[in-house]
Amino acid sequence: MSLALRNTRLTTDYADDLVLFRSRPAQAGALLLLLGWLLLPHLLGEYWATIFVYAGIASIGAIGLNLLTGFAGQVSMGHAVFYGIGAYGAAVFADRWGLPFPLWLIAAAAVGGLVGGLVGPFALRLRGNYLVIISLGLLVIGQHVFENWTGVTGGLTGTAVRAKVAIGTLDVSALSVGGLRFSRNQGYLYFVWGMVALLALAAHNIARSRPGRALQAIRDRDLAAEVIGVSQVHYKVGAFVLSSGYAACAGALYASYARYVSPLDFSLFLSIQFIAMIVVGGIGRIYGSILGAVFLTLLPRIIESVSGTLPFVSADGTGRGLTVQSLNQAMFGVLIISFLLFEPLGLAELWRRATRYFKSWPFSY
Amino acid sequence: MTDFIQYLLAGLALGSIYSLICVAFVVVYRATGVVNFAQGGLVVFGAYSTYQLIAWQLPFALAVLLAAVVTAGLGLLIERFVLRRLVGQPVFAAILVTLGLLFVLEQLCTTIWGYDLRILGDPWGVRTWRIADVTIRVSDVWTIAASVLALVSCFLVFRYSTIGIAMRAAASDPEAALAHGVSPQMIQGIAWAFAGVLAVVAGVFIGAGSRGVDLTVSMVALRAFPAAILGGLDSTEGAVAGGLAVGLVEVMSAAYITPNAPWLGANVHVVIPYVLMIGVMLVRPYGLFGTAEVRRA
Repeated sequence: MSLALRNTRLTTDYADDLVLFRSRPAQAGALLLLLGWLLLPHLLGEYWATIFVYAGIASIGAIGLNLLTGFAGQVSMGHAVFYGIGAYGAAVFADRWGLPFPLWLIAAAAVGGLVGGLVGPFALRLRGNYLVIISLGLLVIGQHVFENWTGVTGGLTGTAVRAKVAIGTLDVSALSVGGLRFSRNQGYLYFVWGMVALLALAAHNIARSRPGRALQAIRDRDLAAEVIGVSQVHYKVGAFVLSSGYAACAGALYASYARYVSPLDFSLFLSIQFIAMIVVGGIGRIYGSILGAVFLTLLPRIIESVSGTLPFVSADGTGRGLTVQSLNQAMFGVLIISFLLFEPLGLAELWRRATRYFKSWPFSY
Repeated sequence: MTDFIQYLLAGLALGSIYSLICVAFVVVYRATGVVNFAQGGLVVFGAYSTYQLIAWQLPFALAVLLAAVVTAGLGLLIERFVLRRLVGQPVFAAILVTLGLLFVLEQLCTTIWGYDLRILGDPWGVRTWRIADVTIRVSDVWTIAASVLALVSCFLVFRYSTIGIAMRAAASDPEAALAHGVSPQMIQGIAWAFAGVLAVVAGVFIGAGSRGVDLTVSMVALRAFPAAILGGLDSTEGAVAGGLAVGLVEVMSAAYITPNAPWLGANVHVVIPYVLMIGVMLVRPYGLFGTAEVRRA
């Protein structure tokens, strides 16, 4: 028994239960993550740095969707709309209104959250299938607005964004600390993944405290939750506000990094990508969303880099063979299906099983 | 006035295509409790396989019939190897799986048939009739006629055949149906096969004439969702009514709202059905014909 438990310490009081990294391996892992955050920008080339920035941005959006789907149990196909609102919000608040850095990000996230709150009343009246289709309607309407409200969004031609992440002389895109100079990509890697850590921690704390438990109660049986005093109005609307706020924050960061947004960026496929991220990563696990986002952002790039050697892929879409874009769509579909069929709790569950094996070694349980 | 009659016919033709797709939604929903996002994939597969059979010099009617058999088989396979494994999982898992299936089926079609627009090779082409001053597309008339035929035979099957009665029994009380020897697996398989057959009819008429067949055919099924919701997901009558209503609204708003209100955007008629749906949802959360779900804690 003492052998099996050598890596796990039993919690003895409530304060102990609140510790984030309890066991030695978990502490070592956290240290490794910190080290990775510090070193990775220097190890990655420009190309992969860009991709990891996008992976970080996707992680934030995926965490938001996981709060809604994984904890509150509401499936939404409208996540791309809130992401888009955040992106255009960044363009409006930073470029037109000239708000400085933390303000435009907060304002963009707040607008996304507010619009998300408008969906709340539907979620109170509709459940399951009906709500999914309402969110599909939201997506269609959102896209229409993005394409036609040319005064704000620039219509189909898109709009350039200059929203800078800079406080005073500290500019993320030209970071220099004590003689060390960082490229734009390196700066954004630090900044975006710092944001991921911050927002993941916030989401984790929400999920494991009173609101998180309330959301899970609603997910598991909403009527029963209401009977024991969980206000559905409060928490369902809250879940939508929070989740859309996360999406809008991710969208604002995307606009700031990509410097150009068009309505085509916020299509049904983006919503499906977010859904795939949380399904593959692990529904109802905050770190699962990050795993899924990184995995699914890297996967298309890996496919792209080996596509030359795949006989059924054609690079330009002419002649026979799939385009890389098509292959990606099919891959996302296959991944969603196979994870839901064979590993419904996603990569996070695989990880948990692997760590449990080592924790309890040499016993299988 | 002549314009109006032309729009009316075009709206009814589009509406009957929506009705076909919506009835397929309803059949699968009643058997499995899941709204089937993969229907668009079945529609596009059905349209392409009809095109392929016609390209192989088969007569049109035979091609449609064979395509219906093939697509029904595809539906059966999907049910047997994918959806059946999800029994007992939460509903949202099954919804997400049908969504994944949509993307897989679409790309299956591009893998086989590529990205170019294919002309279906239906017997009507772009021919029109002129009655008084009204120009009528022949394919529109056939669309309406064939849809009525397909829907009426559907209703007859549901009402009088043993299979139809078993399906209704399973939908209204699964346990009692099971006790009477109705196999839920068989019912779900039949529902998916049904969805495949209806998808072929819808796909053929979407791709008829100058429209042609390409991947955007599956988008029509996404546009049919507001119709299904308007009618109520569990009501076949509602599906037909919702489909016709949305088809008419779409054509009429394209004809009368878009030119008069350019500030609403060029293709506002695509959005109006969704706005209508959201409005109806706020008043009647289970559609105009649907039954409210009984909730127990």
